[in-house]
Amino acid sequence: MNPSGKGSMSTISTSSARKAGELVPDFPAGLRVLVVDDDPTCLMILEKMLCTCLYEVTKCNRAETALSLLREKKNGFDIVISDVHMPDMDGFKLLEHIGLEMDLPVIMMSADDGKNVVMKGVTHGACDYLIKPVRIEALKNIWQHVVRKRKNEWKDLEQSGSAEEGDRQQKQSADEADYSSSANEGSWKNSKKRRDEDEDAEERDDTSALKKPRVVWSVDLHQQFVAAVNQLGIDKAVPKKILELMNVPGLTRENVASHLQKYRLYLRRLSGVSQHQGSLNNSFISTQDATFGSISSLNGIDLQTLAAASQHPAQSLATLQAAGLGRSTAKAGVPMSIVDQRNLFSFENPRLRFGEGQQQHMNSNKTMNLLHGIPTTMEPKQLVNLHQSTQSLGSLNMRVSATTPQSSPLIMQMAQSQPRGQMLSESIASHVPRLPTAMAQPNVANSVLGRDGIADVSRGSVYNQIPQTSPMLSFPGNQTTEVPINSFPLGSTPGISNITPKSNFQDEVTSGMKGSGGFAPSYDIFNELHQQKSNDWELQNVGLAYDASQHVNPLQGNIDVSPSVLVHQGFPSTQQAGQNREANSIGKAMYSLGEGMDQTNLQNIGQNLNTLLVDNSVRVKTERVPDASSQSNLFPEHYGQEDLLSAFLKQQEGMGPAESEFDFDGYSLDNIPV
Amino acid sequence: MEVGQMQRQWVDYTKSLFLEGFLDSQFLQLQQLQDENNPDFVVEVVSLFFEDSERLLNDLTNSLDQQGIDYKKADAYVHQLKGSSSSIGAQRVKNCCIAFRNFCEQQNIDGCIRCLEQVKQEYCLVKNKLETLFGLERQIVAAGGSIPTMELSF
Repeated sequence: MNPSGKGSMSTISTSSARKAGELVPDFPAGLRVLVVDDDPTCLMILEKMLCTCLYEVTKCNRAETALSLLREKKNGFDIVISDVHMPDMDGFKLLEHIGLEMDLPVIMMSADDGKNVVMKGVTHGACDYLIKPVRIEALKNIWQHVVRKRKNEWKDLEQSGSAEEGDRQQKQSADEADYSSSANEGSWKNSKKRRDEDEDAEERDDTSALKKPRVVWSVDLHQQFVAAVNQLGIDKAVPKKILELMNVPGLTRENVASHLQKYRLYLRRLSGVSQHQGSLNNSFISTQDATFGSISSLNGIDLQTLAAASQHPAQSLATLQAAGLGRSTAKAGVPMSIVDQRNLFSFENPRLRFGEGQQQHMNSNKTMNLLHGIPTTMEPKQLVNLHQSTQSLGSLNMRVSATTPQSSPLIMQMAQSQPRGQMLSESIASHVPRLPTAMAQPNVANSVLGRDGIADVSRGSVYNQIPQTSPMLSFPGNQTTEVPINSFPLGSTPGISNITPKSNFQDEVTSGMKGSGGFAPSYDIFNELHQQKSNDWELQNVGLAYDASQHVNPLQGNIDVSPSVLVHQGFPSTQQAGQNREANSIGKAMYSLGEGMDQTNLQNIGQNLNTLLVDNSVRVKTERVPDASSQSNLFPEHYGQEDLLSAFLKQQEGMGPAESEFDFDGYSLDNIPV
Repeated sequence: MEVGQMQRQWVDYTKSLFLEGFLDSQFLQLQQLQDENNPDFVVEVVSLFFEDSERLLNDLTNSLDQQGIDYKKADAYVHQLKGSSSSIGAQRVKNCCIAFRNFCEQQNIDGCIRCLEQVKQEYCLVKNKLETLFGLERQIVAAGGSIPTMELSF
């Protein structure tokens, strides 16, 4: 099995040293997968399928066993696939542990496709969620999650490109033995560099003048850091001394300082957080541990904190996001900062330091551009609301500002990441109230707020009132204890809008992201909000369109960002039962198509369509057939396609809808640009 | 019966299982996974399914046979049965499980008991069918033939 997309990878992969014993010149063959499921039937089938994909499979039927295996063989696995319902430990618990301790991508799977369960997967940091029965096509592409994670870890290195960075990179590459997922890190660098440059271009607009080389805190580097801190004692650990102890050439005191801040946050989180926040932390931390990057400071403000934090929260964000796909995909530059900010705020990070001057960025054209047209769609009433909310935010911000009066960089970050952030919305919600006062810029803020305001951070009560720099949806998943999903007034939030107005969105975007038009924007949760917030939706739609066009075109070649972004759009649709699942699969597939379909995408579609096919969608079948024959060489026609197809049709019709929840109308398939 | 005839019989029988909804395309996936290195893969997996299901059905029966029914537990059993039956493509069993879960959620004892009966029935049916199929396969192999590949393009 050789996914077409991996052509470039195989050449790259051979160029760098691999972890001992883990060399796989023909990646993704040899990917080390750990599969955990208490159902022996499923376990056996999965193992066989994974072997057929040429992966190195280890199976176990208990979560405890899996954990000890993972702990024993540090860096012995590339990815974990786990069932949700297990007798000895909840799959999500296992997910958290793995995220925290080993920082491996984890795919959840279950026969349960209920929205809540899938959401849980997202919020706990799963990088994907497969519905049983799992088809081999779905497994063929799991390597993407490994790649994506690595890519995000190296992203900062690529952006800086300085000699210093180069040295650091080499040093880190040389230390691959300790890297849990380093087998392909070096190899991905080059390929990522190319792709990242596109993504970074936007992000650099405002930071180019002040760009500083980023430090990627690899697992190894972080371990050295932790050892130094422990040696000094957490209270006495000052950056200067830590730096001396670590003795890493090229590392600056500043890098250490920002990393220390994050680390302290992490520790604080560990000690006193709720379950939900804990899960957030896990994702956050895991990514942090992997890559503490630093963003070049803006106007003298230490944005490293932000950047680094954003790197990780991006993961959390990603997980929080409905997409549930590439967790690490959220790490793509811009969105991460938003996520980061969100996370930082959520944890009452007093360390954020933003220069007041950053506010200028808020007013930058970039922000305005993003929202061009949006303000005009906003009714005066909403503007007023925004103003009001701005004030309320202002007061909230006071809290944060008191400790660390730096908001503008945050805003700037958010503003920058808006286009992407929008996709990633979700966890920001709870943190909106804490946005710095800088947010209260009437002009720009309005437009910005307009988008974000919709995101109801304050638990569904403030609708469109909380200005947010980023259109990130305040997805309650992040802090479910605080924001029950049903109270989302996020219906109008950009993120959520992904779900609801998706159909509109689809119509607007003609860049190839069609197909989801069939999604009925009738999510119960959002219905009432929808009526109230028609304006917001317009905003969101525009934003979405903006984002989509932003993303689809430049990111043709950027598999990792696009899918995550686009999938995020698609994923929320799975929030609803049944139909959404299918729709989501299709949406995902379609988005993949929009991005610039490669074989793997087609396979995804194929699989999704197959699922649909089996679930009684006649239209699906007709659509599906050409796909299947074009892409799958596993099914040479022996029996007679027509023959069996008709057999199935008859069967379907005779049986009637297999599941009442699959009220799929097949529309979206009609638009699939096969 | 000569090999060719047996093979045709196998094909027809398999086709009928799909037509009647006993099996779905997931079963084809299993057959695809079978090759010369694993010539008995399907039989092995299905046997595993039989064992597991029988245990589950027993547990399920016991759980519903109590004074104070633990619907959550029952639901967990049904969920597992749904997962494994869908993994091998036992469509009708899976569909019964779906209905069953709804009743569990509603804590509808009558509905649950009815579903339990239905599930058991469907399970027995599909078990018989598959065993017949495997019997045919054994005969073909014994007669020196090979099992035709069932290929479907969807």
